[in-house]
Amino acid sequence: MLIYIARRLALLVPVLLGVTLVTFALTRIIPGNPIDQLVSPLASPEQRQELIKQHGLDKPFYDQYVVYVKDLAHGDLGTSFTTSEPVLKDLSSRFTATFELTLYAMVVAVLVGVPLGIASAVWRNSWVDHVSRVLAVTGIALPVFWTSLTLLYLLFFRLHVLPAPYGRIDPRVTPPPTWTGLLTIDSLASGHWAALRSSVEALILPVAVLAFAVMAPIARITRSGMLEALESDYVRAARSLGLSLQTVVLRHGLRNAVLPLITMIAVVYGYLLGGVVLVEQIFAWPGLGRYVFTAITSSDYPAVQGFILYATTIYVLLFLLVDVLYLVIDPRIRRGARAA
Amino acid sequence: MSAIAAGAARGRSGLAEHAVRVWRWARRNPVTAFGFVIIFGLIAIALLAPVIAPYGSYELNPSDILAPPSLHHVFGTGNFGEDIFSRVLFGARYDLAIGFGAVAIGLLVGCTLGALAGFLRDPVDEVTMRVMDMIAAFPGFILAMGIAGALGPSFVNLIIAISLVNVPIYARLMRQQFLVVRDSQYAMAAVGVGAPPARILRWHLLPNTWGPIFVQATLQFGYAILDAAGLSFIGLGVRLPAPEWGVMVSLGVQRIVSGEWWVSFFPGLAIAIAVMGFNLIGDGLRDLLDPRRK
Amino acid sequence: MTTAPLLQVRRLCTEFVTPSARLPVLDNVEFDVNEGEILGIVGESGSGKTVTALSVTKLLPAAGRVVGGEVLFRGRNLLALSDRQMNKIRGEQISMVFQNPRASLNPLLPVGVTLEQVLRAHRGLHGEEARRISFELLADVGLPDPARVLRRYPHELSGGMCQRMMIALALASGPSLLIADEPTTALDVTIQFQIISLLKRLREEHGLTLILITHNLGVVAELCDRVIVMYAGSIVEEGPALEIFDRPRHPYTLGLLASRPRVGPNGSLAGIPGQVPDLRDRPPACPFHPRCKYEQDVCHEQAPVLEQASPGHRVSCHFWREIV
Repeated sequence: MLIYIARRLALLVPVLLGVTLVTFALTRIIPGNPIDQLVSPLASPEQRQELIKQHGLDKPFYDQYVVYVKDLAHGDLGTSFTTSEPVLKDLSSRFTATFELTLYAMVVAVLVGVPLGIASAVWRNSWVDHVSRVLAVTGIALPVFWTSLTLLYLLFFRLHVLPAPYGRIDPRVTPPPTWTGLLTIDSLASGHWAALRSSVEALILPVAVLAFAVMAPIARITRSGMLEALESDYVRAARSLGLSLQTVVLRHGLRNAVLPLITMIAVVYGYLLGGVVLVEQIFAWPGLGRYVFTAITSSDYPAVQGFILYATTIYVLLFLLVDVLYLVIDPRIRRGARAA
Repeated sequence: MSAIAAGAARGRSGLAEHAVRVWRWARRNPVTAFGFVIIFGLIAIALLAPVIAPYGSYELNPSDILAPPSLHHVFGTGNFGEDIFSRVLFGARYDLAIGFGAVAIGLLVGCTLGALAGFLRDPVDEVTMRVMDMIAAFPGFILAMGIAGALGPSFVNLIIAISLVNVPIYARLMRQQFLVVRDSQYAMAAVGVGAPPARILRWHLLPNTWGPIFVQATLQFGYAILDAAGLSFIGLGVRLPAPEWGVMVSLGVQRIVSGEWWVSFFPGLAIAIAVMGFNLIGDGLRDLLDPRRK
Repeated sequence: MTTAPLLQVRRLCTEFVTPSARLPVLDNVEFDVNEGEILGIVGESGSGKTVTALSVTKLLPAAGRVVGGEVLFRGRNLLALSDRQMNKIRGEQISMVFQNPRASLNPLLPVGVTLEQVLRAHRGLHGEEARRISFELLADVGLPDPARVLRRYPHELSGGMCQRMMIALALASGPSLLIADEPTTALDVTIQFQIISLLKRLREEHGLTLILITHNLGVVAELCDRVIVMYAGSIVEEGPALEIFDRPRHPYTLGLLASRPRVGPNGSLAGIPGQVPDLRDRPPACPFHPRCKYEQDVCHEQAPVLEQASPGHRVSCHFWREIV
């Protein structure tokens, strides 16, 4: 079985190489001289010429790509124009902020979406089903940046129930000592109640907006997975044995429906990674999204490219995790893996 | 309703009969019908914008900056006194055009690639699908960001970026349909009778593949609008002063904290309505084509 | 014996509801099952045998609906019970075994887990005691090495073992009635024999009442006390097994018996011309008339009813007296 996982990891390499190739190709299709991406527009012609040679931009495409990959292997994603720091360092330091946001959004989406999907399937065509389907369609259709702005206006400006969008925590509150990087966990662990309260308040709106957007596909896939499971022979047999509805739905139905759900969670995380670019700016959230938003508006190419690579790598690794989970849950795949 | 029924009763076939059938279908599928109403409405707005908009989309009224919704300005005015209602109406042209362009190009390119892969098998199949996998390895919006950022923000580049990101979806779908149908009995029978490949393609393979692809295209139309608006919102799409809905929302970001909610609200609402319309149609079509219904 | 029958089905009517139509599947099905007997229900695919079983146990798929009649089990009308009440009956009083045994087991769970769930739900057993009873149950159905089998997943067991497991599960809570829907159809011939022997033995040892649904007349001859012949959603003939085989009265039954392949020099296979009708195109009045060689005008005008041909033997045909 470990061999199976190792093989899956090995298959990752060509995928990641492919990703780097596409990202690299993107840098080369920018109209104009590629040197402009690596050099601040304020450099003099001599400096440019020097840097062209230095960066090997006079070499053919393939050679440049090899250099690019070598740099990546050493963790060199270039240097940001705006921060003058290595891009990788910029990204890593902002990662936990985005992670906290996306993690909670995912958790909420699953906690709300899965029961909705189950209810939809078990009480098909009832009012529960219709309501959840309406919610699902609305969730997908509303643009996250618009929902953020509208709710911010209503709940902060108008009703004053939520704080101003100052970021992860009220600037007047002392942040907790860093342990995991997740403010909520860190505050809880160190007993900084004011920090806990403030960080939770700050999370409510962005998490709600993101969760609502991705709740729909989760509910949908749960519903369809459950419907299929509930119409299956083994569920019919379980019912014929007089097992309770709860046992049948949860231990037999849901267990089988969870497989496509896991894949959907990975796919949906991709939406979230894109969504944070839109949402973090609005909430002044100091994460990857705001970083790349600023990078885009100031033409900080290395930062943008670095972000694309970083986010996509996370996305690809997530699918690896999905594969491993499938192995854990489905004994038929385990058997295939063992035989391999 | 009675006029139509009476017309049908009088034996006038054609249009009247057709209308009655459509009405009956709409009553059985109210949700999907509602989706169609929305989309036809938007198309009508896009076409009739110059006629029905009270102001021009670039018309500025410096004396009336940031006015809340009123009788004069149904959706209020923006930072430069522009009438938001008119701009939202004109915006329909941009967003529908972008959606259409993105889907059309994605479909054409994707389906062609998928068909070639399915028809010609290896090595074309293997290579094409590996390339598709490479593109699909990226989260959609992020890749579109990369492409749009690399090409530079513009209307055309936006369409290119979004369509490229969606090519793998159509390619995979088309290829899968092709593989299923290609090995089916009636296709084999056609080959057995000596029908030329082009004919097989046209009469046997294509008619059966269009269904799921059409459903997907309808849904993708909505998502394309969503992506276009998102990209324009961060400055990688259509730029000012064009009245595209996403860009219009971005104009209102700073205005939220000062209470001028209408600047972002109405364009964003337009986006939501458009996407919802396409989703309802797409879902309805999917249910309609579901073989389990038959 | 004058005790009331264990199961009494009266005027059972079932429909399938599709978005475009309501299709009748069972037309006034009526029969009794006496305690301790083995009743066979035979017919071709599409005759309504499985639907009858699913209607009785209220396990119809989403599109199915019982629209009329009564199902009296020990005097209680099952159709009038709530889901919770019915769930109490399933497993403890009435159990089912299905056609495709491996598909009837949850692919993601070891088979022992499902057995644990059943024992806990109906007999309140846990831990060591549950394990002990599990071993007994498996021994009862002829599964060796119970500790190993209980740990296995369905895809790791053979078809025959899966079916034995299903029977063990079905009998775990001590039901009085077992409905077996084509229990051997998906299995190899040699395994079929084993399963049938098992059912026979279980009937003798536990006093089980059995409804056996099958299209295999050989199995019926081997095992059943009484037989019901179904066609297109109606019962066409009913009686003691020996009599049905010896002196069939309905043209369809005649056709079925005649179409059995016979070993010997006698030549051709006889079949029944035509096909079982589609649910949407059920023939009016007697459903068999399009394929019947004794068909006359009255057959498609007036539906025949079940009449008594001899004690315990009923047949639904206008001309059963004339048929030899």
